[in-house]
This record gives sequence, C-alpha cells and structure tokens, in this order.
Amino acid sequence: MSGAAPRLVTGSRLAALGIFGAFALLPLVAVLTDDMFLLVIASRIMIFALAAIALDLILGYGAMVSFGHAAFFGIGAYAVAILTKNGITDIVLQTLAGAVAAALFALVTGALSLRTRGVYFIMITLAFGQMAFFFAVSLSAYGGDDGFSLGGRSSLFGTDLPSNDVAFFYLVLVVLVLAYVLLRRIVASRFGRVLRGTRENPVRMGAIGFATYPYRLTAYVISGALTSVAGVLLANQIEFVAPAFMTWHRSGELIVMVVLGGMGTLIGPVAGATIFILLEEWLAAFSQHWKLGFGIILILFVLFGRGGLAGLARKLTGGAKP
Amino acid sequence: MNLFLLQTLNGIQFGILLFLVAAGLTLIFGTMDLINLAHGAMYMVGAYVTATVAAVTGSPVLAIVLTIPAMFAIGIILEVVLFRFLYARSHLDQVLATFGLILVLTEGVKMIWGAAPLSVPVPELLSGSIPLIGNMRFPVYRLAIIAAGLFTALGLYILVNHTRIGMLLRAGATDGAMVSALGVNIRRIFMVVFGIGAMLAGFAGAMVAPILSVGPGMGESILILTFVVIVIGGVGSVRGAFVAAILVGCVDTLGRMFGPMILKSVMDPAAAGQAGRVLAPMLIYILMALVLVIRPAGLFGAKGSGS
Repeated sequence: MSGAAPRLVTGSRLAALGIFGAFALLPLVAVLTDDMFLLVIASRIMIFALAAIALDLILGYGAMVSFGHAAFFGIGAYAVAILTKNGITDIVLQTLAGAVAAALFALVTGALSLRTRGVYFIMITLAFGQMAFFFAVSLSAYGGDDGFSLGGRSSLFGTDLPSNDVAFFYLVLVVLVLAYVLLRRIVASRFGRVLRGTRENPVRMGAIGFATYPYRLTAYVISGALTSVAGVLLANQIEFVAPAFMTWHRSGELIVMVVLGGMGTLIGPVAGATIFILLEEWLAAFSQHWKLGFGIILILFVLFGRGGLAGLARKLTGGAKP
Repeated sequence: MNLFLLQTLNGIQFGILLFLVAAGLTLIFGTMDLINLAHGAMYMVGAYVTATVAAVTGSPVLAIVLTIPAMFAIGIILEVVLFRFLYARSHLDQVLATFGLILVLTEGVKMIWGAAPLSVPVPELLSGSIPLIGNMRFPVYRLAIIAAGLFTALGLYILVNHTRIGMLLRAGATDGAMVSALGVNIRRIFMVVFGIGAMLAGFAGAMVAPILSVGPGMGESILILTFVVIVIGGVGSVRGAFVAAILVGCVDTLGRMFGPMILKSVMDPAAAGQAGRVLAPMLIYILMALVLVIRPAGLFGAKGSGS
C-alpha cells in the first residue's frame, strides 16, 4: 500500500456511487424511451454483478481461483425451485434456505479444496462444481436435464411485488448495494486484512502467528453463500431453473467478469459484469456464432489488457497500483 | 462374474482413453507449468479431423493414421500463435486465455461442421467381436483401443525416461533457465512437447470417433474427467496419470453398472434405484475427494502443494 491508497479508495467510492446511481435511474430511462427490455438486461447485469463481487472476495482478496462457483449459483436457484414446489414461495425464506445450503456445501468442499494450492485448487473446485451439476441433472422431480419452470416469481412478505418488473429491478439493486457495502466492510476489517495477507504471502502470515486456513475457509463460505443469493434472483427473474445454471462455463464466465473489471476492487467486477453481459447481447445480435468473437476478445484481453477496467481507470487518472 | 469381466474390460478401455488425453495435459503442465483448459478441445478436433478424412477417403484406418501428424501440426501452430505467450503468465491468465480458446474452437467446429453429430464407421478389419467366457462377447475394436493405448504408454515411458529428449525434458521441468544456459534450445523442446500433447489428445479423439458420435460437446465432458484423473494421479506425473486413468475408468464404469445392484441388496429397490442414479455420476468425484484427504498432491504427486 503506497501513499496513493486513500485517493484510490475515494476513486472507487466515486465509481461505486456513479455506477449504482446510474442503475437507480435506469427505470426512468426505460419508461421515457418505452423500452422495458432495458430493465430485463439491467436486472440480469446486477444479478451477475452480485455473483461476481462475491467471487471477488476470494479471487481478488484471497487469491483463490475457484472454478466451481456456478455450483453456489445453482444451489440458490434450486432452493427456489424446491421450496416453490413444496409451497414456500417467500423469497426471503428461499434466500435463507439457499444461503444455508450453499454455506454448508462451501464448508465441506472448501475444507477439502483448501488443503491444496494453486492449480490443484482450480481443478478441485471445478470437479466439485461438476459434482453439483450432475446432482442437479439427477433431480428428476425437478425436471432433470430439462429444468423446472417456476410458473411465476416468488412472493415478498405475502405480496406479489417481485412480479412487477420495476419492483423486481429495485429489489435486485437493493440486494446488490447491500452486498457491496457488506463486502466493503469485510475487506476493510481485520479479517479482510488477514485475508489479503494470505494473498500476498501465506507463509509469512503463518509465521507471524495466523492460522490462514480458517480465514480462507470462512471467506470461501461467505462467498459461496452470497453467490447463492444471485442464483435465487436469477431463478426469479427468468422464472426457470435448470442444471445449465451450474455448468463450468458459468464458473468461467464469473471469473472473466471479475478479471475483466479488475480483481480485488469490488466495484470493478460490477463494471466487468456490465461489460460482459452487454458484449454478449451485442455480439449475439450479430451472429449465432457470437461465442467465436467472444473467445477472441477474451484471449486478446488476457494477452494485452492487464489489470482490467479498474487498471485502465487507474492509468487514466494517474493513480498507483494497489 | 462374466458381466463383471466385460464391464472391467469396458472400464479399462475407457481408462486408456482418459490416459491418452490426461498424459498430454499432465506432460504440458509438468514441463511448462501451463494449465490448458483447451486440451479437451484438441480431443474434439482430432475426432472431427478423423471424421472428415474418413468421409473423404472412405477409410477409417487411414483417417486415424493421418490424424496423428495433423494434430501434431495443429499443436505446433497453436503453440506458436498463442501458448508460448502464456508460459510466463499466472495460472489465472492461462485459465482465462484457454477458456477463450475453447469458445473459439468449439464455435469454429460448429461453423465448419455444423452442430449435428457426425459418425465414423468402425474399420472393417477390427469390426468383429471375440468371445469371453460363456455367451458374452467383447468388440475387437475396443481391444484395439486398449492395445494402442498401452503401446502409447510404453512409448511415452521410453521417451521420457530413456531418451536424450526425455532427459532434457525432465531437466527443463526442474530448471528451465539452467538447461537453457547449457546451450539447449528449451523453447523448441516446449514446442515439441506441446505438439506431442495435442497429438495424444487428438489420437484419443480419433480412436473413439468410430464408437462415439462426434459432436461439439465431446471435448468438455472429457476435459473434466481428465482433470479428475491428473488430480488423483498427481499433476505432472505421467505414471500417476496412467494409474489414475485406469482407476477412474473402472470405478466409473463398474459403479454405474453395479452400484445400483449393491444398493438394492441393502435397501428398498425403488429408493436404491433413485440413489444409484444420483450417486453413480458422482462416484469419481467422491473418489477424488477421498484421495485428496489422504494425499493432497495426488497419488504420485510431488511433495507438499504440488503447485
């Protein structure tokens, strides 16, 4: 951390205020231009932004490259499907159930995965993610491979407010901002400093008396539980749940969003998710083979675009690297 | 008992196939410290090349034979165009760039050949089946896959352990800068190793083309299994990959067949059927978790983290 650090914090606060403020005004724009599809896209962006900042907690601040985060996403989505089918439609209860299930899954798989480092960690999280995927495929009561249609959105405290697109949009925005504030607090706390210490030099952290394992595992569990909330929201937005929520492609996409925006900045991944979804929509409008273009852009970005959008912003404003 | 023998042979055949793909991946990782997610895509490209050549020439044997040098060349081209710029990068960068490459290759394959699966005929020479005990029979072609895989494993063993290139390769994996300082062109060795890796994966794809349908999704399903194999075997160890591949192949095949039967003997048949369907695809991941609890760096992994 150099002398430029306080300036940087202000910079990212400003960026956060700008981005969330722009989101908050979006329904107005949608009404004025009479383009309600804008809200659908923006809700989708914010849902993925939520998953991306949750992943950033462990990827950006803990240097844990989890390639199985789509599993938590899927657990949230299936919590909605399973509870809805059994008569519990309140979104708060569904979110709680999803978060608890995701936290338990994170606790067990994280405890095993964190025994390893580096490339082993990447592959093991990927394998656990696949395990969850196959589990979802085998859930024949919930459509198996074909997925499960929810037939409507969840209720909120007995009202069907989430069925309204504008209300749902603001619900997602509130959840995203709350998660952002929560993660900011976590990162700035003593716990967050220890976590960043394990990122920089785990051996030294161990040597000065921190048992790094419980810190990393706790971060992994928090990240997993928070990612499941994004799954709950996406299931509600599209009113459909399928094993496709959990493919390892989705895990890869979440990593891309975080890196694209800038790891370890929290607001970067929000911007990364925005660019990612917009790029996806834009390329898909051109050709059904848009993934080809997307792959090429991704490769070029890795080869030439270091530091992501946050790095670019820092370069432009002359700030130092964190 | 007879069924058990048949399924074990099937498991070994599947394991051999996994080994061919895993050997290239683990060799590339062990030598260049490069994690290549697009390795499964090489397997897919190999199968497509075989399908195309077989359709043009009408000879599946010729197609399989020609796929081998073609995949070596494709591996070299990819190394020159992309992979050599990734060696010095972090694992995260490698994961992202090769994830991008998967999108490019899978979508490219769909553009050239379409999304519909292709099929390749089984070579006539190897089309029969031989009798096992009783009335069970085993296809000759699957035996040929086992033989080809064992032959490749032996060749790799000799290459890595008993040749000059293998010696340089092992030395390069330990200390690339030192080998380079001794006047060895380490970059060319890296290039050749990458070509060999792509060739092995492509060969596996060529061999299965006649018994599976060739489709754009085939690379991904095998990639994940390959990861499980090299994690169990120990990343970077070809010998570990061999043992783990056979183990995974057999556990997966036998588990799907006999898991539900064993469950039925201890619980209610309907519940056993359901539990079997849920557990069977997860079995190898459970195996992996068990191995890691005991040995975090895999069966034949280097000591400590294995990173």
